Amino acid sequence: MGARIVALMIKEFLSLLKDKKSRVVVVVPPILQLIVFGYAATFDLSHVPYAVYNEDGGAPAQDLLAGFRGSQNFLESAFITHEEQIRPLIDNKKVLMVVHLGPTFSRDLLSGAPASLQVIIDGRNSNTAMLALNYANSIVGSFNEEWTKEHGLSGPPARLVARAWFNPNLESRWFIVPGIVGLLTLVVTMLVTALSVAREREQGTFDQLLVTPFRPVEILIGKALPGFIIGTFEATVITLMAVFWFKVPLLGSVITLYAGIALFLLSAIGVGLMISSLAVTQQQGLLGAFLFLVPAIILSGFTTPIANMPQVIQDITLLNPMRYFMVVLRGIFLEGAPFHILISQLWPMAVIGVVNLALAGWLFRHRMY
Amino acid sequence: MRMRGLVRKELLQVIRDPSSIAIAFLMPVVLLILFGYGVSLDAEHVPIALVVEHPDAETAGFTSVFRQSRYFSPVGFREMKGAEDAMRKGLVDGIIHLREDFSRRTRDAGGAPVQVIVNGIDANNARLISGYVEGAWSTWLQQKAIADGVAGVPVQVEQRVWFNSEMRSRNFLVPGLIAVIMTLIGALLTALVVAREWERGTMEALMVTPVTMKEILLGKLVPYFFLGMGGMALSVTMAVWQFGVPLRGSLAVLFASSSLFLLVALGMGLLISTLAKNQFVAGQVAIIVTFLPAFILSGFIFDIGSMPAPIRLFTHVIAARYFVEILQTVFLAGNVWPVILPNALALLLMAAVFFGIIRRKSRKRLD
Amino acid sequence: MTAPASTKGAPAAGEERVISVREVSKIFRPGGRPVSALARVSMEIRRGIITGLVGPDGAGKTTLMRILAGLMIPDSGEVNVLGMSAISQSLKVQASIGYMPQRFGLYEDLTMRENMDLYADLQGVPEESRPERFQELLRMTGLSAFTSRLARRLSGGMKQKLGLACTLIRPPQLLLLDEPTVGVDPVSRRELWTIVARLVREGGMTVLLSTAYLDEAEHCGEVIILHEGQVLGSGPPNDFKRQVKDRTFAVRAGGIKKRDVQESLAVTQGVLDAVIQGDSVRVVTETAALPDAATLLPGIENVSIQPVPPRFEDGFIAILRELRKGEGTKGSAAAVAPALAKNKANGDHIIEVRDVERRFGDFYAVKGITFDVKRGEVFGLLGANGAGKSTTFRMLCGLLPASGGRLLVDNTDLRHAAAAARSRIGYMSQKFSLYGNLSVRQNLHFFSSAYGLSGQRRTERISSVLEQFELSGYADTRSLDLSLGHKQRLAMACALMHEPDVLFLDEPTSGVDPLARREFWHRINELSGRGVTVLVTTHFMEESEYCDRLAIMSAGRILALGQPGDIKAMAATPETPEPSMEDAFISLIMADEQAGDSR
Repeated sequence: MGARIVALMIKEFLSLLKDKKSRVVVVVPPILQLIVFGYAATFDLSHVPYAVYNEDGGAPAQDLLAGFRGSQNFLESAFITHEEQIRPLIDNKKVLMVVHLGPTFSRDLLSGAPASLQVIIDGRNSNTAMLALNYANSIVGSFNEEWTKEHGLSGPPARLVARAWFNPNLESRWFIVPGIVGLLTLVVTMLVTALSVAREREQGTFDQLLVTPFRPVEILIGKALPGFIIGTFEATVITLMAVFWFKVPLLGSVITLYAGIALFLLSAIGVGLMISSLAVTQQQGLLGAFLFLVPAIILSGFTTPIANMPQVIQDITLLNPMRYFMVVLRGIFLEGAPFHILISQLWPMAVIGVVNLALAGWLFRHRMY
Repeated sequence: MRMRGLVRKELLQVIRDPSSIAIAFLMPVVLLILFGYGVSLDAEHVPIALVVEHPDAETAGFTSVFRQSRYFSPVGFREMKGAEDAMRKGLVDGIIHLREDFSRRTRDAGGAPVQVIVNGIDANNARLISGYVEGAWSTWLQQKAIADGVAGVPVQVEQRVWFNSEMRSRNFLVPGLIAVIMTLIGALLTALVVAREWERGTMEALMVTPVTMKEILLGKLVPYFFLGMGGMALSVTMAVWQFGVPLRGSLAVLFASSSLFLLVALGMGLLISTLAKNQFVAGQVAIIVTFLPAFILSGFIFDIGSMPAPIRLFTHVIAARYFVEILQTVFLAGNVWPVILPNALALLLMAAVFFGIIRRKSRKRLD
Repeated sequence: MTAPASTKGAPAAGEERVISVREVSKIFRPGGRPVSALARVSMEIRRGIITGLVGPDGAGKTTLMRILAGLMIPDSGEVNVLGMSAISQSLKVQASIGYMPQRFGLYEDLTMRENMDLYADLQGVPEESRPERFQELLRMTGLSAFTSRLARRLSGGMKQKLGLACTLIRPPQLLLLDEPTVGVDPVSRRELWTIVARLVREGGMTVLLSTAYLDEAEHCGEVIILHEGQVLGSGPPNDFKRQVKDRTFAVRAGGIKKRDVQESLAVTQGVLDAVIQGDSVRVVTETAALPDAATLLPGIENVSIQPVPPRFEDGFIAILRELRKGEGTKGSAAAVAPALAKNKANGDHIIEVRDVERRFGDFYAVKGITFDVKRGEVFGLLGANGAGKSTTFRMLCGLLPASGGRLLVDNTDLRHAAAAARSRIGYMSQKFSLYGNLSVRQNLHFFSSAYGLSGQRRTERISSVLEQFELSGYADTRSLDLSLGHKQRLAMACALMHEPDVLFLDEPTSGVDPLARREFWHRINELSGRGVTVLVTTHFMEESEYCDRLAIMSAGRILALGQPGDIKAMAATPETPEPSMEDAFISLIMADEQAGDSR
């Protein structure tokens, strides 16, 4: 039985890697996507254009504005003198934000009355707006602190000392890049496995395979192992790039990481072979893979937190192997989470994998027409 | 007469073979529901640990702000250790730590330090949470200043958010999604149907009749344009009724810009299938070149302005980028011509380029 | 409405050149490797007759047709159609010709009427003249009763006639038909020829028709033989026959199986070709002299040799043999001459099929068939596309469960049998289904391992089949790049790696040239001689003569079952005392249809 499976695997590798197109599919898109995702998929804001509407000529106002000017996050791109100028600037997306200091700003501040700084912001993209507001708030916060210190005022009764665990500079890339390890491993494994049976069916070789003494289990293993090896290779390359190119820390143990990768691949291959054995043509296989991949990625917490989804959809995500792998990856990369903490994330992937593989093996023989 | 024959044939095929109807109508609904609910940046009821080492009236005042906020669902702790465990296990996303001497130190010059720890793994979410914490903290400061009859902070930020005052992320995500989905659907519709003719050998039979290539292409474009507009209308209806996104611009502008965009998307599909001639390859290419680029590089979720310059430059060839901008503006801001016109012009240019290439590439030839 | 040629006092048939092709070459580059589809082809086609373009798959027939229709541009050469250049004036050419592509160019999800309407629109046939024209075409094709049926639901023969009707909506001066008869049952084939002949006779139309069936060449006014992109010869069919004049004979040897007679004749010196025809073996010799029985079949008595009139196929084979002289063998050197008079086909039943049916939805692909196959027998399933042959095969091999009935191969049902039971059968499926981007050796290696061969034994088997199937020179070629004939050989080699007891061959000879087909049957004979049971499907009627017994299938049912001679005898009438297998098939189908009507 061993020799037969090896023959099956060799054949599988040969037919995959001898074809230029499939070689390209395995290598090029992952690297392109890693670069595009790594650099483009960021929530960090930089150089947000804003306008200043300063009706107050006082020195304190200048001090406050200097805080904005000195920030990497903002870029002063207009200076306006009339109220009416605000609307066209924001409407036309020339600036995201207008910082408005009223005529009594300095006077209020010096007299000890609460002075107010008006921030008008374009809320079309509420996430960007929220982040820009946070940046503005912290600039004003540090100004306040300075001001109280310099003028010997009694400060606020409490101050926040904020710290972020696991990602002290709150870099989006640290969040996105480990996720990409999962994303691309999933995509490539799906493409390798979801089309493999369908391709053989289309070319008629699957019939040829079924009339040989191969048992469904053997075919299943022969089909699964190449996907497993390619997936592991893919995950390794991307992990290396994440660590050495994108400089994302890898705090946890490599062994735990590979345990996670292995179980995730098991589940991905299970789903892939399941789709493949349902599909009669490669086109159906592709469509099936697409219909699985899109929700699997969206509902994995890869870009947006699962906790933000409605409860029903959160329940659905429990069926998504990618969801568990995201937690495992980020846990190992950034938190250095040990194996025992991740067990709750690992066993569901194993279950998903085994159930799908069993179904796929059954379908090999029973879906023939 | 030839055009009429081609269009009628295409319509009959659409009716007999429900797959294109499914692509045009079912896919946007499913995708919109999936994405509309699945993609949300609004963190609410964030689980947060409130560690109060020595509870008294002062700390109660502080924590009540958190308990009343819709952004938080706090869990109480007496010790840091329990809270830290909860954070490591992912049960809470942040910790607010009030030390034993909190009440006493509120009277110090520097004020009592409040330790805030957020889980920084999801940086965006972490930033939003710290923003919420800061908001809650300033609310508390104000309440306390009023109660104690003293001045509050020297400068207060008075924020006004235009177009989306509740800061609902769905309001900008859903219009953007429509652009992403229609890119995929437009391209898939034409890519598959033209490739199907090649595959079934009917293209050969069409070509040898006196029809011109222009008529064959137009005959494909017209029915699927209407089908695509149907899908578009369905998506807009869902955005407004299902997701409650305000539509502030006029329907006419929405209609006009959508038609323009659909031309680009259909053109892309036609081009793909003209080059691929095989349904499988055409489908593969359509998915690869439309979906992911539109998703990541259109600015629908990730801010284009913050991307590195080479990638920012590259986004200019993504048609969805222009449509996302138009849609977000027409839905949330209204008919802002200085935004709409340049983007519409870019779409027009792209359509012209696509059809120009198609015209050159599709001769009445089989080789 | 009649074609313009007959009304306008055009030159008499056969004088004017309707098509002239000069030095046309076309090279394709699949995957970067240049493959010459047409190499300096020159030919002319005369007005008012049917010209047949004859050649196996891959000969360049379709490429040539497409170039004539202005759908492809040749790399070099001139193409003139109806006085216009098909290269620079392709639109004008397309406006005056009719062209039916290989799969008829029908929209499957449109009805018959809608298809006709579409092509009428595209051809610019005015609305008011349509009813009359449609009726004429429907009457001619006999399709009047089915106008509202979806094209998908039509049988192969009906699709072919509808495709023809669509190309004839605006009567063209020149009609190009690309393999119109492939995969169609013999009745429909005959009907098509009748229609085409009438168009030429009554409408003065010029027809160019490509075909892989050599017997169809006999119906043509002129024949052009295309082989591997080159014209091997052209002229009236009789010219080809004349080449083998007085060289064709029918040989009978009493008491010996005709297959064995044919096998020995095939390797005899001076014999170009030996095929079974009816109850005799047809022989083409190298020289025009009555051969001597003692030299033909030494040591055998009761040999009778009679001269017979030559056929087109004889001429074609003679040309091919001439062409391949340099390549040495007749495909028989590797073979051991079979032991004459060895007859093993008297054993027990190795295959039993009882009342088997297979439904797909409400459609019966196979409807209650029953037959047995004896050990060592060559058993044929004969029928058109869609008759249920492949479905039956797939059920026998356990690839498809039957909806009802019982199938046993060597007393086991392969659907439920243990894996080991499958190692006793070999299966070669309809299309070339091996791993295309693996080399010949890698394919053999894989399939031998699949059957559990390993080590020394595997190495031996691989080298022995490489030699036996004359594939040694191609061992490291990617199997996708092989010629069709070689692919077929490789497929059979893979199915035989493990020396199975039963061999299933699904349409093994479709599309290959006549020499490759002969070679193939030679191998089958050899296997049968060694006691292997062979089940084979085919739609070439004449191939049924090679079978010990056969079943004729149509629409999922067996119409007749028995030895070839018996089946033909059933169809004998006073008018045709010695019917061919095709005649027998047609009369069986006709009788079945009548029975169906009266039922």
